[in-house]
Amino acid sequence: MSEIALPKIDSSILNRKSEIVKKLSKLTNIENVLSEADELRPYETDALSVYTQTPLAVVLPENTEEVSEILKFCHSENIKVVPRGAGTGLSGGALPLQDAILLGLGKFNKILEIDYENKCVVTQPGVTNLGITHAVQHKGFYYAPDPSSQLACSIGGNVAENSGGVHSLKYGTTTNNILGVQMVMMDGTICRFGGKSFDQEGYDLMGLICGSEGLLGVVTEVTVKILRTPEVVRAALIGFPSIKEGGDAASEIISSGIVPAGMEIMDKALIEATDNFSKAGYPRDAELLLIVELDGTASEVNELIKKVETICKKNNCSSLKLSNSEKERLSFWAGRKAAFPACGAMAPDYYCMDGSIPRGKLAEALLEIKKLSEKYELPVANCFHAGDGNLHPLIMFDGNDKEQLRKTEEFGSEILKTCVRLGGVITGEHGVGIEKRELMCEMFNDNDIQQQLSIKKSLDEKNLLNPGKVYPILRKCAEEGRVHVHKNKDKFPDLPRF
Amino acid sequence: MSTKIKINSQIFQDSNNIYYPKDETEVSDLIRELYKQDSPTEIIGNNSKSFIGNKTQSANTTSLAKISGIIDYRPEELYIKVKACTPINEIEQVLRENNQELAFEPIDFGYIKEGKSNKGTIAGYLSCNYAGSRRFKVGSVRDHVLGFKGVNGKGDIIKSGGTVVKNVTGYDLSKLIAGSFGTLVALTEITLKVLPKKDSSKTVIIYPSNFQQIYDFFNKLSSSSSEISGAVFIPEQSKDKDFVTKKNSVFKFNDLKSNVSFIAFRVEGDKISIEEKINNLKNELELNNSDISTLDVHQSEPFWKKVNNLEVFEKTQHNLIRMVIPPANVSKLCKYLENNHNYFVDWCGSLFWIEVNSKKEEKIKDLKKMAKDFGGYLTVIKTSSEYDYGEAIFTVDKVRLIISEKVKQSFDPKRILNPGKMYRGV
Repeated sequence: MSEIALPKIDSSILNRKSEIVKKLSKLTNIENVLSEADELRPYETDALSVYTQTPLAVVLPENTEEVSEILKFCHSENIKVVPRGAGTGLSGGALPLQDAILLGLGKFNKILEIDYENKCVVTQPGVTNLGITHAVQHKGFYYAPDPSSQLACSIGGNVAENSGGVHSLKYGTTTNNILGVQMVMMDGTICRFGGKSFDQEGYDLMGLICGSEGLLGVVTEVTVKILRTPEVVRAALIGFPSIKEGGDAASEIISSGIVPAGMEIMDKALIEATDNFSKAGYPRDAELLLIVELDGTASEVNELIKKVETICKKNNCSSLKLSNSEKERLSFWAGRKAAFPACGAMAPDYYCMDGSIPRGKLAEALLEIKKLSEKYELPVANCFHAGDGNLHPLIMFDGNDKEQLRKTEEFGSEILKTCVRLGGVITGEHGVGIEKRELMCEMFNDNDIQQQLSIKKSLDEKNLLNPGKVYPILRKCAEEGRVHVHKNKDKFPDLPRF
Repeated sequence: MSTKIKINSQIFQDSNNIYYPKDETEVSDLIRELYKQDSPTEIIGNNSKSFIGNKTQSANTTSLAKISGIIDYRPEELYIKVKACTPINEIEQVLRENNQELAFEPIDFGYIKEGKSNKGTIAGYLSCNYAGSRRFKVGSVRDHVLGFKGVNGKGDIIKSGGTVVKNVTGYDLSKLIAGSFGTLVALTEITLKVLPKKDSSKTVIIYPSNFQQIYDFFNKLSSSSSEISGAVFIPEQSKDKDFVTKKNSVFKFNDLKSNVSFIAFRVEGDKISIEEKINNLKNELELNNSDISTLDVHQSEPFWKKVNNLEVFEKTQHNLIRMVIPPANVSKLCKYLENNHNYFVDWCGSLFWIEVNSKKEEKIKDLKKMAKDFGGYLTVIKTSSEYDYGEAIFTVDKVRLIISEKVKQSFDPKRILNPGKMYRGV
């Protein structure tokens, strides 16, 4: 396990383990409380598996009232709580703590209501993202945000991370596609923000919760908007002889007024890796591959395709192929969707980075990453959601080699700093979690972070809910010289530092 | 001038005791000083929407009107960064030059206030979060804010978000600021997502013959894959002659029948796909050509401007209510409102603008109960001169009020910024 600073362990809690487990067993069905070593093992990590930690106990409540009782108990006894959805998060947001209860929402796996009249679905948070679409697609509807893990990731986790996906340029991320949530605060208060109508009045607390990475409350019900499936969806596969020409074409598509349903870029390293892996038929001579997906009515899509073709030809594309059937469209995506396993096949380990940059800075970012790859002597392949500027460099390394692991982490961190320098941010769709916690100081100054911490304090005064995530642990941040601590005096002595 | 505060000399204060800080640093200095002195301030921009919300009880007024101007506009990156009190007109002008727009279609509240256009500033607009007719398709103002900078109630300059679409790192404070009525931060800078303007538009008018049909049509429209970008229901209200006269004069178009209730829906895009979508929708709604009227682009554009200017309620002296409900209840609510209150419906059945006569103020309570029962809410946007604030102008439940107080506390612990503008204690 790689080393990471976590909140100070409260040994009095560890000593009280059996008493706490006993009490929890009274708040929910006894089978829903796990405390033996072999029972806890599956919960030691999420999808950022380089970090592992055994929780004090795992509790799997079955309804909102149980969640409320459990949180109320933990609040009064000062027991930390780490919420967990499907555990597919890539930034360690659900990493357990030794002295914390891991609160799993896995039993919240039912869709509660499908309301076609109001175009929404009321669901429990443990239902998978794709599960929602599956429930409504026979009537011609779908749920728009489509993170790549949509088969497994839960809608509750999507709310926590504000997940997006290939289609987020046109259809937005989770925050733009939910209408309401029911949530339990750390002190056990059950609250409801929004509902089936648009734009709750007053403070947009639903907007605050969305993307808060489980630090402000535990979501127990979500109402999502469903959309009509578009009449026609077509994709174009376009190869370019240089990074610059491909990047320019992508920018020009956007600035010409086209809003594609999805637009993805892959670099040469990834084209080769994925084509070897999935035989997708990608143009292997291309330096850069652009996949553009367009949706709408038949003539709308035809019109857009014509415009895309013109732009790509103007930018010297070396190949251009249009999908003529649904099967062909899916085959265009097959390679892109195999990007991660393809890299997995090329090296013992790979590290998937996640950052955002302005679309126009793509060429600059890729060249910078190439330089860094040479500096650290580690191969890297890049995919990029060109529509929304979300970059995923995949660094390949051997995790058994301690030196390579260290270099990989440093390489990743430099990539994210490059993103910030180019006008972007350190996350795209994977959240901050523990992975990028210390990088928050790259983006935010002391005031910005203090404001966020004081929101946390106002809603979770004792800092018991998912502590140690998202915000830098002061000691480390100060060591790195990023937080201004004047004359050894903290600017806000009344605020806790997580 | 009894409450005059000796604040840094560079901050100009006019004869009405209004502070006009010129930049972010001056806003920060001013609020820091007010914080020290426990002296709250009202925050205003160009005063176009300051009539919305409760009256603040504060000794000072701070106008951010001088914090204006475009900082960075990148058409190809689909964003514009502006100083907070840049007039919306100015932003729309530069976007138009690049064939782009603010997709949330800002409502022009100037008409209900003074009978003429006054769109005010982007900070004011974001603080209200009231999107226009395209809302059900493209989202609200909050969905188009990528980031902001501002000064909290302690005088600290804070920021959140950025210039890219997936920009949320840490809590998404941009959402929280939207609709906060200036009670959390004094905004100094705003970054907005902009979108390409559609090539053209057409509006189709249909004439429902009963209440049930209003829902049926709206439901079919919002269920279609031939997307529409606006749908309103304008009722006839035959018992109120003044309203009928007003309605007929506002919506006077060659191709629109007068003296009837109608639904209008808008289709946008390139010319070929507009025709295709209208044909699809005619089939899906089972309409014959004789049942409908069509407004071409030259009539369609002014039609939606009039809707978004709330021109049927121009200079209203009564109470104007904005009610949002789940759309399945549209027919029920229309039936209740018929000949009781003047109203129209926007957002394909979700948004009601309702005028409540100043002599019938007690009815607001009934309407609020109805909104809650339907799973929605209402806000009294404009109050009559006799309004006694017996019924709160916002809708909030107990738990949300407590959480709102906590959130307020975290931004503005001494309640310096717009205290009481939304709720007592916030």
